[in-house]
Amino acid sequence: MVKLLQAAWGLGAFACSAAVVLVSVDWLTADAIRQRAREDLEASLTQVLPSQLYDNDLLADTVTVPGDDGGPTVTVYRARASGRITGVGFQVSGTGYGGPIRLVLGIDPGGRLLGVRVIAHSETPGLGDGIDAAKGDWIAGFTGRALGDPPLEGWAVRKDGGTFDQLSGATITPRAVIAAVRDGLRFFAAHRSAMLAPAADAGTAAALEAGKEA
Amino acid sequence: MAASTSDLRTIVGDGLWHRNAVFGQMLSLCPTMAVTNTATNGLGMGLATLVVLTGSNLLVAGLRRTIPTDIRIPAFVLVIATLVTVVELVMNAWLHELFKVLGLFIPLIVVNCLILGRAESFASRHTVPAALVDALAMGFGFTAALVVIGAVRELLGSGTLFADAARLLGPGFAFLEVEVIPDFAGVLVMVLPPGGFLALGFLLAGKRLLDRRAARRRVPAPMVTPAAGAAE
Repeated sequence: MVKLLQAAWGLGAFACSAAVVLVSVDWLTADAIRQRAREDLEASLTQVLPSQLYDNDLLADTVTVPGDDGGPTVTVYRARASGRITGVGFQVSGTGYGGPIRLVLGIDPGGRLLGVRVIAHSETPGLGDGIDAAKGDWIAGFTGRALGDPPLEGWAVRKDGGTFDQLSGATITPRAVIAAVRDGLRFFAAHRSAMLAPAADAGTAAALEAGKEA
Repeated sequence: MAASTSDLRTIVGDGLWHRNAVFGQMLSLCPTMAVTNTATNGLGMGLATLVVLTGSNLLVAGLRRTIPTDIRIPAFVLVIATLVTVVELVMNAWLHELFKVLGLFIPLIVVNCLILGRAESFASRHTVPAALVDALAMGFGFTAALVVIGAVRELLGSGTLFADAARLLGPGFAFLEVEVIPDFAGVLVMVLPPGGFLALGFLLAGKRLLDRRAARRRVPAPMVTPAAGAAE
């Protein structure tokens, strides 16, 4: 019995010291990690929002829009040139062959795609990873597209009767990306006024829109 | 228990070759299969494991008289899990480029049985310096194995060697990146999981062959003369 208690105390003491170490390291690194995440986000946004389009701090000019079907709220980053909104950027995700594919979309106020980039995926190397801008220019095929261009049935790979190239050997991955981009454009169309509302009354516009939908 | 030079030599030889984590003990095959689609990934995972293994061996050897025998395994697991989390947080904060490449694999180190294996079978029974040597030898042995498997798979699968090494190690290492066979589409299967097993199988066979040849040469060692050696 005494031995058992000793063991329990020993393990408890160990667990406590481990917790102290973890809490201190977390506390020490939290700021730096937040900063890195910010830099990553900025780097991905600048890829879909051409730098000549804006002169503001993208990360400082945001509105949040409630996600579809009770999904998580979407943070929309807005590009402005001398105060006028020239584009918005936000994240969407799709489900690929190897798990979720996270994308960032850049859309101009008229609803045309300024660019699409994959920011995280776990698709098969050599097949599905062709969606990555570092591995191929397939993803550039979305630039300049909009909801009606191609028409809705064209938002598919050629094999399925659509307009977009397939990736040799991969079917599920491009399908997932095309669907995610299309849904992102629909999301923009549905929340356009909230996304493009002037910074000061962005909240009001979102509320107005919510009222209108209700 | 002072480690003599010959002991140290055994530790180093075991870690690098005779009891090599992958090719000798067949341990840690899960991370091995997962990351070795390029030599660069293998190198990154190997080095990250080396860091955790060194920290874990040092802590376990240092605490070996403090940890009650009955609870040593949970205590080791706690030490390893804490270390891995610390490494993950620190890399995310200050080695962010490396973290973006290896981030997925770092949590895998927690379940790498090589680390718990060395804690239980070596570090908990030896002095801190001996445990350090063991960790370095095992860690570098593991790294070498991962790099070799990664190089074979990358060469056959994509025709390159150390692709993206500059992204992992910094621009100074761009010289490592070689396109060995230009315009070679590669044998895709080598990059996929089955290729990992194929490469591992052939490399294991190769090591056995070398070991057997070495053993054959060692047996008649006292009588070996240059002439006898040539008869082989």
